[in-house]
Amino acid sequence: MITIRIDGRDCPSRPDINLLHACLEAGANLPYFCWHPELGSVGACRQCAVTQFSGPEDKTGRIVMACMTPVSDGAIVSIDDAGAKEFREGVIEWMMVSHPHDCPVCEEGGECHLQDMTVMTGHNTRRYRFTKRTHRSQNLGPFVKHEMNRCIACYRCVRFYRDYAGGDDLAVFGSHDNVWFGRAEDGTLENPFSGNLAEICPTGVFTDKPFSGVYSRKWDLRGAPSVCVHCAVGCNTIVNAREETVRRILNRYNEDVNRYVLCDRGRFGHGFVSASSRIRAPLRIIDGQRIAVPTQDAMTQFARMAANGAVVGIASSRASLETCFSLRMLVGADCFSTGQTEQEQSCAELAHTLLGQHPGRLPTLHEMESADAVLILGEDVCATAPRLGLSLRQSVRQPAFHAADATKVPRWMDAAVRTLGTECASGLFVLTPAPTDLDSIAGETRRAAPDDIARLGFAIAHRIDAGAPDVPDLTEEDALLADRIATALMAAKEPLIVSGMQYGSPALMRAASGIAAALAGRTPMAGLSLVLPDCNSMGLAMLGGLTLESVMMKARSGGIGTLVVVENDLTRRLDPASLAELMEAVRSVVIIDHSMTPLCQDATLVLPAAAFSEYSGTLVSQEGRAQRFFQAVYAAAPVQASWRWIQALARSRNGQETGEKPDTGTRPAATGLTGWRTLDDVLAALAWEFPALAGAVKTAPDAAYRLENQKLRSQTYRASGRTVIRSHISVRDQPPPASPDTPFSSSMEGAYTTDMPSPLVPGFQVPSWNSVQALNRFQQEIGGSMRGGPSGVRLFADRTHENGNPTQYSYSADIPEPFTPRNDAVLVLPETRLFGSEELSMLSPPVAARAAPASLRVSARNSASADAGAASASAGADATPRASVTLHLTDGPHVLPAEPLPGLPDGIVLCPSHMVAPGFVFPRLAHLTFAAPEGDRS
Amino acid sequence: MLDTLRTLMLTFLHAFQRRVTVQYPEEQPYLPPRYRGRIILSRDPDGEERCVSCNLCAVACPVDCISLQKAEQDGRWYPEYFRINFSRCIFCGFCEEACPTYAIQLTPDFEMSEYARPNLVYEKDDLLISGTGKYPDYSFWRVAGVPIPGKERGESAHERPPVDLHSLLP
Repeated sequence: MITIRIDGRDCPSRPDINLLHACLEAGANLPYFCWHPELGSVGACRQCAVTQFSGPEDKTGRIVMACMTPVSDGAIVSIDDAGAKEFREGVIEWMMVSHPHDCPVCEEGGECHLQDMTVMTGHNTRRYRFTKRTHRSQNLGPFVKHEMNRCIACYRCVRFYRDYAGGDDLAVFGSHDNVWFGRAEDGTLENPFSGNLAEICPTGVFTDKPFSGVYSRKWDLRGAPSVCVHCAVGCNTIVNAREETVRRILNRYNEDVNRYVLCDRGRFGHGFVSASSRIRAPLRIIDGQRIAVPTQDAMTQFARMAANGAVVGIASSRASLETCFSLRMLVGADCFSTGQTEQEQSCAELAHTLLGQHPGRLPTLHEMESADAVLILGEDVCATAPRLGLSLRQSVRQPAFHAADATKVPRWMDAAVRTLGTECASGLFVLTPAPTDLDSIAGETRRAAPDDIARLGFAIAHRIDAGAPDVPDLTEEDALLADRIATALMAAKEPLIVSGMQYGSPALMRAASGIAAALAGRTPMAGLSLVLPDCNSMGLAMLGGLTLESVMMKARSGGIGTLVVVENDLTRRLDPASLAELMEAVRSVVIIDHSMTPLCQDATLVLPAAAFSEYSGTLVSQEGRAQRFFQAVYAAAPVQASWRWIQALARSRNGQETGEKPDTGTRPAATGLTGWRTLDDVLAALAWEFPALAGAVKTAPDAAYRLENQKLRSQTYRASGRTVIRSHISVRDQPPPASPDTPFSSSMEGAYTTDMPSPLVPGFQVPSWNSVQALNRFQQEIGGSMRGGPSGVRLFADRTHENGNPTQYSYSADIPEPFTPRNDAVLVLPETRLFGSEELSMLSPPVAARAAPASLRVSARNSASADAGAASASAGADATPRASVTLHLTDGPHVLPAEPLPGLPDGIVLCPSHMVAPGFVFPRLAHLTFAAPEGDRS
Repeated sequence: MLDTLRTLMLTFLHAFQRRVTVQYPEEQPYLPPRYRGRIILSRDPDGEERCVSCNLCAVACPVDCISLQKAEQDGRWYPEYFRINFSRCIFCGFCEEACPTYAIQLTPDFEMSEYARPNLVYEKDDLLISGTGKYPDYSFWRVAGVPIPGKERGESAHERPPVDLHSLLP
């Protein structure tokens, strides 16, 4: 710890940071633009000028750029010094010379860093009387709006987009004061993190386009801390709502997980909560017609159904922990299904087991960024867990940081460190069947079938620890590759192995776990990360239950009277024949879901559940982190949380049978399903039934929590329209809606401080800082932990420090046979896409607009035969035909355009299963025939 | 006796003095143009809505009686709905002061009495007038940098045509 003196005030600080960072941490108001805690310093904007004095005798000092000056012990700086103030005022005046008169019609207005900084410097009168320079803007696709007139040339956008997120279609063009940031050609921004430009850009050049369609000023938005539901990474978000509709999703800083960045699927995938596919009232299917009925009728009908045979519950990996648990309480453990196929469930449970056994580290996303050697084993993380992919992208910079340390260049000196980095070897190895976005920065890549990758993985484990089983008949090329990777991993201080269940291969995950365990024998920092498909896959794996196949068995034997399906579209998990058989075998089906799914056609009763923005609950991310999401929208009855519907079902069933049953004395009073009043009761019961999940209770303060003897406010102190917003319905004032499950008040009344518990931060705003940069004040150290403590609870024990007592790890000897391409059939692998594969985000219009049409990705050899087939079929045609290919599955042929994918191994095709055959389990062998497109035959 | 006569005389004299009572409503009082009465939304000199739904009036309102929602047509922002609850309004004029486009103005009209409170909730249709109000010449869109139909990029007041990015000349 060192001390610096800022304007006569001694402030504790840290070495290895710059003066700007130190001043902001000390709570000083120092304007800046180009610096960003995650991007480092480049000194582009010249805004953070301060006067530094060489000693107590020095009265003149010299102006330095705070962001480019390292902190030294005893440094004396002045922010209020007249010279520095004048300098800063001059700089912002130049920036404002060409800034348009746009604030009233700018989406950034009210949360604009440029507005804040202009006020902070004191520049308030325009002296420049001449004309303003203007720029053309582009249509950058459905996510981001572009308005280049507002640019102040801080270079944050290209530094984030190109250097941090690895995009290459946004660049800076032009010269001198004409510099222009955009794409070389008009078109959609391709990078999956483009939405962050809206938060990174300090002014209104890049803004959130879907939000602009339902725009509201920041001060009018109710905020609720939430967790992204579109993949298993568990990024922390803030849901912003007004007039009981969700308006946008913002990033919520979590030191360990997503930090400053969200992927576009998470940021723009929330559209499903206001889509027309939402269910708003209980529906009964009478003669094929869906008829809205009162809740009471629906409950009476369920009571009738429940009296007529056993009730089996099917949960879902996208439902909250509380929902799944209450369903289990309703139907009993014997009749509770996780709603996953055998393949999915065995993989998820294996992931849970492997992570639980792993003798090394289970790194968080932030810890992954400091891994110095990473092996990706058969998982396209950029599609299945995009934010994790971005963390791995940062890990490649470790050698550059080490080189910078060696040459005494501070790590935050961004341009210099990146220049050093161009000459450093990458420690990233990507072994996947198909190309990934990380290939361009990988040290080595290898394309092979999942089984071959697993074999390579086992071979690497054997090379690290001779105790691991060896792989017979490895090709010489693979043996050499395994040697190289093993050497690199063994040389690393923090090696990391990443795998997942994208290809449904337990062998891949076992191989990954084996390598990580072998490395853990050398260093306790050896990390293992396994990617899961859905936001609560891990939570469901910890609960356990029957597979869908077991439910089918039960149904066939006539053991199911009523099926209660909660937030699960079974058409995505069971092929049409099996689903039809299941629906035939059960007498009635109750569906509790927030969105209309194809399954609803077969239901007897459909109940409207709350979406993630309308209730509070807990999700367990793939790294075993239990996190709470809170209600931002108070949905109109009868929409309510799924667990409350399940409770209502239980009450109606009990009412039918024996009336209200008193709770037995051996359990806590609240464990009875029908007795629960709030979310805390559900969690208490959950902790009682599943001690492994007991940590979920402490994920966030309970509903009784009070800060400064008050609830927490979820609206800003200056929210507008309170007395008019619903006066077209009734001019009488209504009490604000109550939120029994959370410590939040739904209005602007309540406490809000910078050190409030971080799982409860509803938004970032402090006096003088209205933009998202206000986050700096909520952090203990900028870029470090939050003042309000950590957010989320890890449910897995950390074994990093158990060096003295290493757990005995038994290597799996189940090494698969090598894959050999067949002539009569191809191995169809599921193609997971960032936009398209995930169910809920596809109901969001901007994400649906980014989803590419279905096509079958074929290898070069298959593609050659396809071209030959097409050429022979369309001989004489002028235009080059695009080959189409027919995939024969058990439900009949699927005709798709074929697209050659360079590097795909022979005998393998990639099929976007979510569009083509959502119910089928992949990988599977299938027959393929090539034909010319139909249009060319005419 | 004398006192009584004096009182009578004074009383009769008042009969010849100027009357203070105004015969409202037959006789309308003069109110200055900047009187703070009924709120209206004005149009710009081109006859288009002036309100750009920036929400500044709503946030300035001390009784929170203004609510609106932004909508957009070809780059031009306008309120999808604009609602003032006059049963709450205190006619402070802060909204007019906050308005960057002179859209919202207070007028010298105060005759707004209603028998039912819901009738005091004014929607955009009730608020929008067809003139420019007190500020005949100002048009925000001529000054703002955002292009709208009829005004290309670089054609706003004090603007140069868009930069040619292919030129490296100073």
